[in-house]
Amino acid sequence: MSTTVTSQSGAMLDATAAAGRAALIGYIPLGTPTPDLAIEAITAMLDAGADAVELGVPYTDPGVDGPVVQRAGEAALAAGTRVRDVVRVVEALKAHAPAAPVLVMSYWNPILRYGVDAFARDLAGAGGAGIITPDLIPDEGRDWIAAADTYGLDRVFLAAPSSTPERLRITAKASRGFVYAASVMGVTGTRATVGAAAERLVADTRAAGADHVCVGLGVSTGEQAAQVGAYADGVIVGSALVKTLQTDRPWTQRLDDLQTLTAELAAGVARSRKDA
Amino acid sequence: MNQPDHPVSDALTSTLAHQVLGKLSEQPGPYFGEFGGRFVPEALVAALDELETEYRKALDDPAFRNELDRLHREYVGRPSPLTEVTRFAQHCGGEAGNRVFLKREDLNHTGSHKINNVLGQALLVKRMGKTRVIAETGAGQHGVATATAAALLDLECVIYMGEEDTKRQALNVARMRLLGATVIPVQIGSRTLKDAINEAFRDWVANVETTHYLLGTVTGPHPFPEMVREFHRIIGEEAREQIQERIGRLPDVLCACVGGGSNALGLFNAFLDDPDVAIFGFEAGGRAISPGEHAARFSGGSPGVLQGTRSYVLQDDDGQTLPTHSISAGLDYPSVGPAHAWLNDMGRATYRPIMDDEAMEAFRLLSHTEGIIPAIESSHALAGAMQVGQELAAAGKRDQVILINLSGRGDKDVATAARWFGLLDDDAQAGSEGDQ
Repeated sequence: MSTTVTSQSGAMLDATAAAGRAALIGYIPLGTPTPDLAIEAITAMLDAGADAVELGVPYTDPGVDGPVVQRAGEAALAAGTRVRDVVRVVEALKAHAPAAPVLVMSYWNPILRYGVDAFARDLAGAGGAGIITPDLIPDEGRDWIAAADTYGLDRVFLAAPSSTPERLRITAKASRGFVYAASVMGVTGTRATVGAAAERLVADTRAAGADHVCVGLGVSTGEQAAQVGAYADGVIVGSALVKTLQTDRPWTQRLDDLQTLTAELAAGVARSRKDA
Repeated sequence: MNQPDHPVSDALTSTLAHQVLGKLSEQPGPYFGEFGGRFVPEALVAALDELETEYRKALDDPAFRNELDRLHREYVGRPSPLTEVTRFAQHCGGEAGNRVFLKREDLNHTGSHKINNVLGQALLVKRMGKTRVIAETGAGQHGVATATAAALLDLECVIYMGEEDTKRQALNVARMRLLGATVIPVQIGSRTLKDAINEAFRDWVANVETTHYLLGTVTGPHPFPEMVREFHRIIGEEAREQIQERIGRLPDVLCACVGGGSNALGLFNAFLDDPDVAIFGFEAGGRAISPGEHAARFSGGSPGVLQGTRSYVLQDDDGQTLPTHSISAGLDYPSVGPAHAWLNDMGRATYRPIMDDEAMEAFRLLSHTEGIIPAIESSHALAGAMQVGQELAAAGKRDQVILINLSGRGDKDVATAARWFGLLDDDAQAGSEGDQ
C-alpha cells in the first residue's frame, strides 16, 4: 500500500488496534430517508460507538446489494437525493465528530458522471476520508488512483473469497487505508453466520501486502462482530443497521433502535481480541 | 468462423491492438476504443478470467467447432436462408430499382438469432464443468433459447425476467417453463431487462462455482462483448456469401435493430472492413425522444458505465439510469454493446431511432406484402430500411441493395399487434388479455 499520504482510515485502524480491538464501521446510505435525516442517523450511530462511517450513494442499479440496501436506495432517490448532497452530509458529520473517518461507498457511474477528479476534490474539501468502490477494480481505476493521490484520499478496493493470490496482490497494492474483504460470495445483507472463508481471506490479503483488512457482508449481531473482530482490523455492518431505519416506528424510536444495535456491535468489537 | 489468433495482450490499448490487427472485424476485447472493459465486483473477476481462457481454448479446438457446427446444421437449421422481398422493396425506394434481402434468423430453431450465442456458451458451460445456467431476458427470445439449450444439454436453468416483460411476453414465459426452466419475475427497479440483468449478476456472484451467467448480448464485462460477437459472426459470414452468390457483389446498405446489439453486430461484423457498405443500426425511439419515453442511446445517451461495461447510457445528470420505453421488450434497454459505441464514434456505423408507430407500420407491411410476420424488434430494422431506401432514391441513387437482418419472428408479438391494430373481435379481445 502507498504510504506517501496520511490515510484517515489507516490512522483510525492503527488507533483501535493500539486500544486492543477491531474498529466498527457503520454503513448508512446518503438520503436514508432524506439527506438531513441521514445526518441525524449517522451522528446517532457515531455517538453510540461506531468508529467510522461508510456513506452509501444511492444508485438505480445496485448490482452487489441485497434487498435492504436496494430499498433504501430506491427511497433515497425517490426523495430527491443527489450525488452532490455527499458534500454537505460529510461536512456535517465531520463537524459533529472530527475524528471519525467518513468513507463514501459508491457504484462507479455516479462518480464518473460527476467527474472523478471533481468528486475527489469536493470529497476531500469536505473532509471525507476516501471512497469504497464495489464495482470498480484497480484494473479500471487509473483516473481514480491518480485523483486519490492528488487529494490524499483512501482508495478502498474489494477482495473476495474467489480472488486469486495475484488478484489480492493487485488489490492490496492499489488500496490505501484498508482492503474491504467480502466475507462471502454474494450480495449485501444479514446472514445467520459469517462465512469461514472470511478469516482465510483476511490472512491471504494481509499476506498479499495489505496493511489493514476490514470485513463486510453479513455481520448483524454483537456476537458476529466479536468473532470477525478477532481476526479483522475492522468490522463493517450495513444492512442490519439500515433495517432499523426502515420500520414503521416513529423516527426518534428508530434512532433509538439504531443506537441500541450500534452499541451491541461496538461491545462486540470491544471484546473481540479479549475473547480470542 | 475464422478465429483470429490473439497475439495482443489485454494490457495494450485497443487503439494499438487495432493497429496491430488492422481489422475492425477482429477487434479483441476488453476495449473497443474508449468503451468496454470490466466494471464488476472483484468477486466475479476469477469467473470472467476462467470464461475468457476457456472460450479462447474452445475456439481453437476443432472438436468444439465441429460440435457447434453440427448443432447449427442439425438443430438450428443453419445456414438460415436469404430471402429477396420484392413487394416489400416497393416501400424501400423500389421505384429507383432498389432490392431488399432479408437474412432469415427468424427461421432458426426457437425463432431468433439468439440461439447462435446460446449454443456456443452452453457448450462452454459443459467444458467448464458447470451444471447450472442463468440468463436475463427481455422479449423472452434469449430466455427461450437458453432454456432450449439447457434442456438439450441437461443443465439446470433459471431465467430472470422483469415483471413488466413477463406480462408483455406471457407466451414466452410459458414456453420457457415448458422447456423445464424456472422463470423468476423481477419485481424491483423498473421491472424490465436491466433489472433482470441486475438480478442475474446477483445470482452469479453468489453461485459462481456451479453457475454460468449466459449473457444474451454483446454487452456486459469482458469477455462477453467479444465472445458473443464471435458466436454471432456466422450471421454476417453466411449473409456475405449468400448475397454474393445472388447478386455477384456486396450489398450497399446493412440494416439491423439494436437493443444490446448482438444480431446487429453479428451481421455487421463481416462487412466492417468493407468501407463501401453503409451500415445502419436502428434503436427504439419509443413514443418520443425525451427522457423515459425511448431507448435510443445514441440519440439521448452519453458515455457511462452500466452493468459491467463502458458504453453509451441513458442517464441523468447524476449518472442514475433513466427509465426507458419501447413497444419492443427486446430493445428496451438503457445501454448498448461497447462495440456499437466504438463504431458510432468512429463513424463506421450510423444509429438512428425508429418510433413505436413506425416499427408497427413496418410490422404490418412485411406481414401483408410478404407473408412474413417479423418480431417487433426486427420491425425497427425494416422501418429503418424503408427510410434509408427512400432517402437514397430521393437522392438520385439507383439500384441499391439493402440487406436486413430479420433477427426474429413475430409469433410472440401477435397479441401486441392485435391490440395495436384492433384486430380482434370484442369477445375475442377478453380472451387475449392474458397475453399482454
